[in-house]
Amino acid sequence: MTARSIRATAAAVLAGVLAIGAAACSSPGGTGRQGAKDAAVVGIAYEPETLSPLLGYGKDGNSKLFDGLLAFDADMKLRPALATALPEVSADRLTYTYKLRQGVRFSDGKPFSAKDVVFTYTRILDPKTNNPSKGELDAVKSVEAKGDDTVVFTLGYPYAPFAERTVLPVVPEHVAARQDVNSGAFSGAPVGTGPYTLVKWSKGEKITFAANPSYWGGAPAVKKFTMAIIKDDDVRATRLRAGDLDGAILPPNLARTFRNDEGRKTYAAKTYDYRNVTLPTANKVAGDTAVRQALDLAVDRRAMVDRILDGAGKPAHGPVPTGSEWFAAGTERPHDLTRAKAILDAAGWKPGADGIREKDGVRAAFPLWYLSGDKLRQDHALAYASDAKKAGLDITTQSGTWEVIEPRMKQDAVLAGGGSPGDPDFDQYNLLKSTLAGDGFNNMASYADATVDRALDDARKSGDRAVRKSAYDTIQRELVKNPGYTFLTHVDHLYVVNDRWSGLTTQVEPHDHGLAFGPWWNVEKWAPKK
Amino acid sequence: MARLAARRVLAAGPVLLAVTFGVFAVAAASPFDPVKAYAGTAGLTASRGDLDQLRANLGVDQPFVERWWNWLTSALTGDLGDSSALRQPVADVIAERVGWSVLLAATAFLLAVLLGTALGVLAARRGGRLDRCVSSAAYTLEAAPVFWLGLLAIWLFALKLGVLPAGGLTDTASDTVTFGQTLSHLVLPAAVLGLSQLPWFFLYVRQGVGDALAQDPVRGARARGLAERTVLTGHALRSGMLPMLTLIGSRVPELITGALLVETVFSWPGIAAATVQAATSVDFPLLAALTVLATAAVLLGNLLSDLLYGLADPRVGFDG
Repeated sequence: MTARSIRATAAAVLAGVLAIGAAACSSPGGTGRQGAKDAAVVGIAYEPETLSPLLGYGKDGNSKLFDGLLAFDADMKLRPALATALPEVSADRLTYTYKLRQGVRFSDGKPFSAKDVVFTYTRILDPKTNNPSKGELDAVKSVEAKGDDTVVFTLGYPYAPFAERTVLPVVPEHVAARQDVNSGAFSGAPVGTGPYTLVKWSKGEKITFAANPSYWGGAPAVKKFTMAIIKDDDVRATRLRAGDLDGAILPPNLARTFRNDEGRKTYAAKTYDYRNVTLPTANKVAGDTAVRQALDLAVDRRAMVDRILDGAGKPAHGPVPTGSEWFAAGTERPHDLTRAKAILDAAGWKPGADGIREKDGVRAAFPLWYLSGDKLRQDHALAYASDAKKAGLDITTQSGTWEVIEPRMKQDAVLAGGGSPGDPDFDQYNLLKSTLAGDGFNNMASYADATVDRALDDARKSGDRAVRKSAYDTIQRELVKNPGYTFLTHVDHLYVVNDRWSGLTTQVEPHDHGLAFGPWWNVEKWAPKK
Repeated sequence: MARLAARRVLAAGPVLLAVTFGVFAVAAASPFDPVKAYAGTAGLTASRGDLDQLRANLGVDQPFVERWWNWLTSALTGDLGDSSALRQPVADVIAERVGWSVLLAATAFLLAVLLGTALGVLAARRGGRLDRCVSSAAYTLEAAPVFWLGLLAIWLFALKLGVLPAGGLTDTASDTVTFGQTLSHLVLPAAVLGLSQLPWFFLYVRQGVGDALAQDPVRGARARGLAERTVLTGHALRSGMLPMLTLIGSRVPELITGALLVETVFSWPGIAAATVQAATSVDFPLLAALTVLATAAVLLGNLLSDLLYGLADPRVGFDG
């Protein structure tokens, strides 16, 4: 090969590379920016791993692309969606029968029927399906179709909140059955019956939806809906201010900067999202009932809400928020340092030389872990430790990733979070049931209380609302006498949205972050203002 | 030349093997739990039994040597496996993203080489005002971390002046990728990445051409009364460029790490985000494939610079 021919080859290669680069950036069609009235762009902090309900997407309802048999309204009451009515429940509470809506079509034009429902549930419960939330359907023994318009669920044990689980999205069998459930294209190119269809999911950047003109619930007025994924809070706020976004979720300190903005409104969504401290039973100090009771009284929840949450939240006295209908009135525990000290004195925890209490040679000290990088949890942990110090308890705060924290969970306290508004069972069973102690992240404190165990089972089995309410009241009262966790706050989620639409509301939100929450939980019902 | 290339390709095999083996070993030793990463928040309420089932499905409890061997044998048959972090086949992940990364890196590289060379030649006659300005700017740039440059560029051009978009591949409200939009979104990331590489080329060329200007052939050319421009481009540039050709290859690894940071800062949908996600989720198949790609790019870069060197200076030859 001569130098000349080599040079020519090199030039050809270089030209080829450039051509590929140029080809990669041109794609046919397309328009410029559309500031249309019927389009909305919102900024969210979280990107889903998948859009396939079979892998867990949209399990709590509101998935935009899909519908469940039932759906939650703004007050978290169940209403029919793909079913025509709430299910008929047999007397032994083991059989749930759903009548299905007729004439519904998937966005590819194929009709929806009972076999799609059966497929969805059986595929999720298939052990080969990597759906980490499948435990939520643990009660299901079998799902059967009776004709095209009826689906019957048979449960293995009576499970009162089962209907709340059937908000999970139904997928088309004719599409999803043909591919690998764990890595098939359906995860990124879903087909559903929902009010929107997916236009494009540019991973790490945004998800674009288009209104489904033939939606059975009526075509949405917002024709185009884009969710931009912007992990950084400051960038999200800046792009909202620059007009790039019509709305965004923001932390309290940034939401405040939009307070006097005429064209934008701030929505504070009430939540079940609590922050609590796990007090592991195996720890000599944190496991002592007197210490637990004292901590419950020593923490100043009001101050945490005012200073850490900037007022956007509520003091938490248990997993159930004080505003909920399931809250047991009278279980509020106002800040009372004097009584906290008295309880510790009475239990034999006497102040030592450095002001930290001791009992039988054991120093009243234990570590408290929080997730590193989570500012909200860090602030809660520091406030908790400082309140405890005033009562003579020495809590050392330490930060780490879950990999660091998990092996220590049995012995050390953890600043945890959780909350699910669908039904009190969702939170409390996993949090308090003694048989679930140390099972994954369930019952992290290894809490064990016979009265609570019994009440959890009663509440789960009974179909009678009054019976259930009284059981959950019992649990909340028992938690005052024998706390395994110190509940600190329920955190409001703040959203700032352009005041261009009418019909905006927020739903009661869970701890989880997702696409479906925020004022856009019902974007299909929005109407542009004149 | 063909022999050099063939030898390098033969050597690349063992290198790539060792690198992928190392990736599997390091990932297996890391404290991250792939099952927990896969389950995300749902893992916080999942029972031990469900998590164990997930562990078995993902096949992450096998020893890493076995996993590596399985990955390798199926990769050789063209099956790169499925990415657990992104829930799609690895081949799709790479096909979707690598083009954008190549576009960004190639534009930046071209910018750095062309601008660096031009400025270097201009500054080669040392002591001038241009030389002083550009040289001090180059030293400053060399010391500046690329992500910091990126943030600075966003602050100035996107926030203060509002002339260029702060990130992404297209406007937020748009769902189609058009040439014009991509171009305007490419400007900032490519400029930042290019600028971060520019000082190396600039300083090498300046040095090389400066030295060449002091050598006999140049003096001879000047003495024969050739125009200054001819002397500079025809004589000095040719020998002064030699060190830079080696540099082109050796900058490839820097370019790749730089691109990772730039893509993250500018939400550029390239392979960077996937790489970070693959690493923190212990997503073996994706991580291994991306590492192979990066290693291959580095090896190719080295080969390219050796070939260029051989072309530019026949004395070096291709077998040296």
